[in-house]
Amino acid sequence: MPETTLSEQLPAGQTGTPVLEVSDLSAWYGEAQALRNVSLEVRVGEVVTLVGRNGAGKSTTLRSVMGLHRHISGNIRLDGQDITSRTAERRARAGIGWVPDDRGIYASLTVMENLTLPPVVDRDAAWSLERIFEHFPVLHTRRNFPGTKLSGGEQQMLAMARPLRMGAKMLLVDEASEGLAPVIVTQIGDIIREIKKSGVSVLLVEQNVNFASTVADRHYLLAEGEVVESLGNDEFQSRLEELLHHLGM
Amino acid sequence: MGSFIQYTLQGLASGGFYALAALGLAVIFGVLGVVNFSHGSMYMLGAVGTVVALDEFGLSFWASLIVVPLVLFVFGVLLERGLVRWLLKLDPLYNFLLTFGVTLVIVDLVKRRYGSSGMPYDTPAGLRGQIALGGLELPTYQVFAALLSVLVCVAVWVILVKTRVGMIVRAATEEPDRSRALGVNVAMWVTPVFGFGIALAGLAGVLAAPTRSVTADMGTNFIIILFAVVVIGGLGSIFGAVAAGFIVGLVEAFGQAYAPAYAQVLIFVLMAGVLLVKPTGLFGSGEHS
Repeated sequence: MPETTLSEQLPAGQTGTPVLEVSDLSAWYGEAQALRNVSLEVRVGEVVTLVGRNGAGKSTTLRSVMGLHRHISGNIRLDGQDITSRTAERRARAGIGWVPDDRGIYASLTVMENLTLPPVVDRDAAWSLERIFEHFPVLHTRRNFPGTKLSGGEQQMLAMARPLRMGAKMLLVDEASEGLAPVIVTQIGDIIREIKKSGVSVLLVEQNVNFASTVADRHYLLAEGEVVESLGNDEFQSRLEELLHHLGM
Repeated sequence: MGSFIQYTLQGLASGGFYALAALGLAVIFGVLGVVNFSHGSMYMLGAVGTVVALDEFGLSFWASLIVVPLVLFVFGVLLERGLVRWLLKLDPLYNFLLTFGVTLVIVDLVKRRYGSSGMPYDTPAGLRGQIALGGLELPTYQVFAALLSVLVCVAVWVILVKTRVGMIVRAATEEPDRSRALGVNVAMWVTPVFGFGIALAGLAGVLAAPTRSVTADMGTNFIIILFAVVVIGGLGSIFGAVAAGFIVGLVEAFGQAYAPAYAQVLIFVLMAGVLLVKPTGLFGSGEHS
């Protein structure tokens, strides 16, 4: 990877305040190194994707930022505060919302309980239940159902609604469109744009590059645990074929 | 028909001991990720504590039903704070070995103080003899023990389903790491849950005191059956632990009635059968690691 600073990596015009700053993040599973000096930045109200093939280190990056993978080196900052040594619980309470790839819905909790289980960490930013049900009417209809009785798309909506209810300012979303019907993927895209409008930032891991190009402002391309390229959405769309070939996707 | 109901009652009574203790074992495993090998010795301490409370402090059975579980709750809190907590970040095997060691120490201390022979404990006045139910004469104490066990399990279930604490315990039992990533303060509940789990084992011991031979070793066999109960119910499933407790109690009671030599073997045959058909147990999801 060429030596570039974060500001050099960012396309022109992106000068907002960074919410999340990751610097020189390396991660290991035992002896095997999964990430090599990954640096990235997400600004207020930005949707940024991590794109790459299986095993490129996308989910490991997300899990490391969330504090679920602890065998790391480097530096992670939220709103300028160093959170590298904080536990996952304290990171969540600082405003990081987690939407795991398996949706993370509790089978033993109802939809309503799944929504109200996490604590509200920012009263001003937290979406009220009314607002959530307005945007996700199906969750209101099924509020007393066990969480895992929902369809895949409904579970994804519940998984995304949960951190909004907490008042998270930075959402980490792992494979939002995976395994969903095209019509549901379109809905998820609308929801991400709605989240962005409310000023919440999103770091999205995505294999579906077409979907990524419809929701994101910027993209980081990962290959073999390294950021190989950082580009704005316009450039991403114009070079889509070349990038897909380059990434072997 | 009469003996069928009697064996069923007997099964529900001893199943109640298993259900209560397995419930404690399940919540401890769920929230802490600790397989508490010392659970059998806590059951034994409940029973021995009931005998000692009467012999040395003149405490009635009714008072012991409250006091002994409370004392064991405090003991559990101290055990978690003093020992278990320090190993939580390591491989779960370390806490398994620790609680195994705690068992050996507790059993030996009880033997040293009270000997190895059975400590007699009379059925409390008011619960002796038979009670007429639907034209059948049933042992009053067994009816009481079965009812109280069911009542406590239902009460715990209501707490788990209707309160925020219960919601957190259910979530943490299902996926502790995910709960932390959602900002849920699981750590705050670790100590009380451990104490509560131990208290439930103690309560099972109090209830067992009038019907079982109270000895320092009574927990050894109990913990083995308890592990079978948890495996049958599904590791990490609270409901599964309770249901399997009563099922195992019934299997044991009918086994003792119709094939006494194989009564205990039947429990492990049941366990093997469940594992073959559903390796995650009757109610386990298999997601808890």
